[in-house]
Amino acid sequence: MIDTNVNLGGLNMATPLTTASGTFGYGTEYVGAVDYTKLGAITAKGIRVDPWPGNPMPRHCEVPGGLVNAIGLQGTGIKHFLDITVPWYADSVGEAVGGKAPPMIVNIWGGSVDEYAAVARQLGEYASANPDSPIAALECNVSCPNVKAGGHTFGQDPVVLNGLVNAVRKETKLPLIVKLAPNVPDIRPYVKACEDAGADALALINTIPAMVIDIEKRRPVLANKTGGLSGRGIHPAAVKVVYDAYRATKLPILAMGGVYEAKDAIEFMLAGATAVALGTALFTDPDVVSNVYDGMLSYCERHGFSSMSELTGALEG
Amino acid sequence: MLNEKCEILVHNELSAGYRLLVVKAPEMAKELVPGQFVHVKVPALEKSALRRPFSVFNAEDGKVFILYKTVGRGTLALNAAKVGETIEVIGPLGHGFPVKCDGAALLVGGGYGVAPLYFLAKRLIASGWKGRLAVFIGGRTKDDLLAIDEFKSLGVELYLATNDGSEGVKGLVTDPLDDELIKIREAGGKFELFACGPDPMLKAVALRATGTGSKGWISMDRHMICGVGACYACIQKTVRGNSRCCIEGPVFAAEDLVWE
Repeated sequence: MIDTNVNLGGLNMATPLTTASGTFGYGTEYVGAVDYTKLGAITAKGIRVDPWPGNPMPRHCEVPGGLVNAIGLQGTGIKHFLDITVPWYADSVGEAVGGKAPPMIVNIWGGSVDEYAAVARQLGEYASANPDSPIAALECNVSCPNVKAGGHTFGQDPVVLNGLVNAVRKETKLPLIVKLAPNVPDIRPYVKACEDAGADALALINTIPAMVIDIEKRRPVLANKTGGLSGRGIHPAAVKVVYDAYRATKLPILAMGGVYEAKDAIEFMLAGATAVALGTALFTDPDVVSNVYDGMLSYCERHGFSSMSELTGALEG
Repeated sequence: MLNEKCEILVHNELSAGYRLLVVKAPEMAKELVPGQFVHVKVPALEKSALRRPFSVFNAEDGKVFILYKTVGRGTLALNAAKVGETIEVIGPLGHGFPVKCDGAALLVGGGYGVAPLYFLAKRLIASGWKGRLAVFIGGRTKDDLLAIDEFKSLGVELYLATNDGSEGVKGLVTDPLDDELIKIREAGGKFELFACGPDPMLKAVALRATGTGSKGWISMDRHMICGVGACYACIQKTVRGNSRCCIEGPVFAAEDLVWE
């Protein structure tokens, strides 16, 4: 019997698997297609204080090895999320699994530090007032443009990043995961900025900035012109970032980027991840959740690991 | 929502570029309603390729029928799928057409957009509905007019239009439609419009519904990623904001649609 439990910075997960924000809606959409009992948590789509319309169409383009998207964080805002979405998730997924729905990591974002702080505060207050609610952790998306700083993203400057994480940290006792962008020359100053600000865990990696051009029309394919690359092709790049970050910090790491089979998830764990998110693969095959879980179990059996948490950082050489 | 591995029973070319795919999917066939779609993993594409959404042409006797046009990499690769092979299908997905109608039911299709309209006509008749059922089909040439024999066998009124005049009236599908709308309006009759096809046609039909205070049911065709409402890639502007075609549609009430 392999122990599948892991602890991601205070978030207890019954398995190391969750879903990448933006690929799993608000957790209810895949009922009937995904085996939720194999998920240690789900990660909800990014939420900010007010509703947000997202980008114009087209919002995506399939490319060799992945998908470029610029959905633009469309969302209903915190009020609808707490009033409707969260209870609906608890009820519908609870019914589907015949018990309690997996805990929910809520991805948050904003256009300013104050907006981030406000959404974190409201989620924290809600979780305190409703201890049975599925809300169990926050994941802070720092790859949004900082409106007050000319649109540079929060995650591109360690000092700005530290200030943002500090502000969010002050607002909530929920486990705080910071999701970092991979497009920096060295991840370590960003890891330290999060650590110093009191983050509980890191999520690595966000999509890689990307662009697709229609050469016949001589126009960008996406209405937003640029987007983020996810999918199979980014996996080795993500493993490298996780490997670098693991050796620079004691913070647990939630790894994501191109996990399509158990081998990919195990690579992340060996490189130092405590938990692994499935993302773009879900679109092609909702069974990826079960397949990865089953493959991780049999790997542990074959290699004599008695718990999945032992895989973390078990890289030799 | 079911996620099934289905045997391919039929896979034929109907006319240049158009094919019929029939798969064995007993549970899905029972649940499907006209206007819903299925999300198909194309066997010949790389394992990580996105699924492709297809509207359903018919569902009966444990079989799901898909009528598709080869338009890109996914459908081209689907051409290679052989009878007897297995294909992975998720469905039923989305909200379909209402299988009821107040007044004449006028179904307007362009190209492969006729697929869900045939399923609707069949189910309307099977439901015991006795009203007028007229189907308007348009295409660039006569090769783009699909399922004509199937519609004829249902005994529905059929109006055809082609851009080049190679079949039916020369012009747009809205030309014969407008003639009938005028007649119905002059006789003081009621009608509802049901449409699937290219965007300009859908907009023209939707505006005829809203402009006459009639009901219109418009099936939007969008590139999709997840097909289940999770990714927010297949957006249509509606009075509610940016709506997801895969779960809030693909069939929308004409009065809810916002055209840019």
